[in-house]
Amino acid sequence: MYEFNYHRPASLDAAASALSGAGEGKIVAGGMTLIPTLKQRLAQPSDLIDLSAIADLKGISEDGGSIVIGAMTTHAEVADNATVKAKIPALADLAEGIGDIQVRNRGTIGGSIANADPAADYPGGLVGLGATVRTNKREIAADDFFTGMFETALAEDEIVTAVAFPVPDKAAYAKFANPASRYAIVGVLVSQGAGGVRVAVTGAGPSVFRVTEMEQALASNFSAAAIEGIAVPADGLNSDIHASAEYRAHLVGVMARRAVAAAG
Amino acid sequence: MPSVTMTVNGQQVTRDVEGRTLLTDFLRQDLALTGTHVGCDTSQCGACVVHVDGKSVKACTMLAVQAEGAEVTTIEGLAQNGELHPMQAAFKEHHGLQCGFCTPGMVMSAVDLVNTKGEASETEIRDWLEGNICRCTGYHNIVKAIQAGAKAMRS
Repeated sequence: MYEFNYHRPASLDAAASALSGAGEGKIVAGGMTLIPTLKQRLAQPSDLIDLSAIADLKGISEDGGSIVIGAMTTHAEVADNATVKAKIPALADLAEGIGDIQVRNRGTIGGSIANADPAADYPGGLVGLGATVRTNKREIAADDFFTGMFETALAEDEIVTAVAFPVPDKAAYAKFANPASRYAIVGVLVSQGAGGVRVAVTGAGPSVFRVTEMEQALASNFSAAAIEGIAVPADGLNSDIHASAEYRAHLVGVMARRAVAAAG
Repeated sequence: MPSVTMTVNGQQVTRDVEGRTLLTDFLRQDLALTGTHVGCDTSQCGACVVHVDGKSVKACTMLAVQAEGAEVTTIEGLAQNGELHPMQAAFKEHHGLQCGFCTPGMVMSAVDLVNTKGEASETEIRDWLEGNICRCTGYHNIVKAIQAGAKAMRS
């Protein structure tokens, strides 16, 4: 690991000024991706700004018809939270399926979405549930947040503070996990709520995407049979040692049908 | 150089460390607590599992400075007054190890499991061990040891 200046600000404002004042600053949340990256010397930030001392970024609350999860809330806390389990069990399931317990005890929702790994679970969760990302500057709809592989709409000096999830009428997440890492080879979150039906796919492409043809079919008939014949083209999907683009395209259909069946 | 203060196995320690010092290196080199093992050093094998504020974490994927103010427990902190912790005793009794390299991490994960969930089925135990890799045993005796250790911890 290259050397860096370490900061542990106690407020969001102090974190933002440390970030803008740094030559090449990098935020560390849980560090589950960043620390391995630093260890391999794949990144060389001048300054590391640790958000863990900022109490306002932690915790889960209800706000009207939404569940608001602070950016520094860990996956284990989301998975075990009584409100999340009662209102959006699909989200608790998604969090429970991330990595292993040690990763879930450190990894955070804010860190996961800011990193925007194409095989991460949360991008599917946010887009599939029509969530809104709150930052220190503005609110960003999940549909506009994930812009590409490891790319988001966040500005250089912008910090995720929370994610607000509208409570759906029903939702489920189905994942075909890499058996070693538990990253999503393909993960599909299907939901139905005030904003209509959403089908969001993570792991299959460079970034999370929606399958509008499935959404339209499910809007008139919310059943696995309704999307039986809908194929997702393999063009542009990820292809690696774990799965070809064609196999991933096939899995999108399978996982979507499983999610619909589980959502009931 | 930043200064870090944490409580390790009940004793408060303060040291100056480089920001880039990993918690594993801090424990092993600065505090000479070599029970925390470094296996893969890539967050996968779990030989380095310790408890930070009561939760199991991989110490190879955490900076020492991130443990500022935290309560850290390593495998050395489990035995009390010369008596093995019930989970350690169960690993010995049920031969939940062969070479023993993964054992500190296995035991620390297992104690976190019992503290978090109380009772756990065999499936839940195996699921909980997702992040702990053993290349010798095939896990069978580890699972048996954890079942027995969990029972002993509750009694």
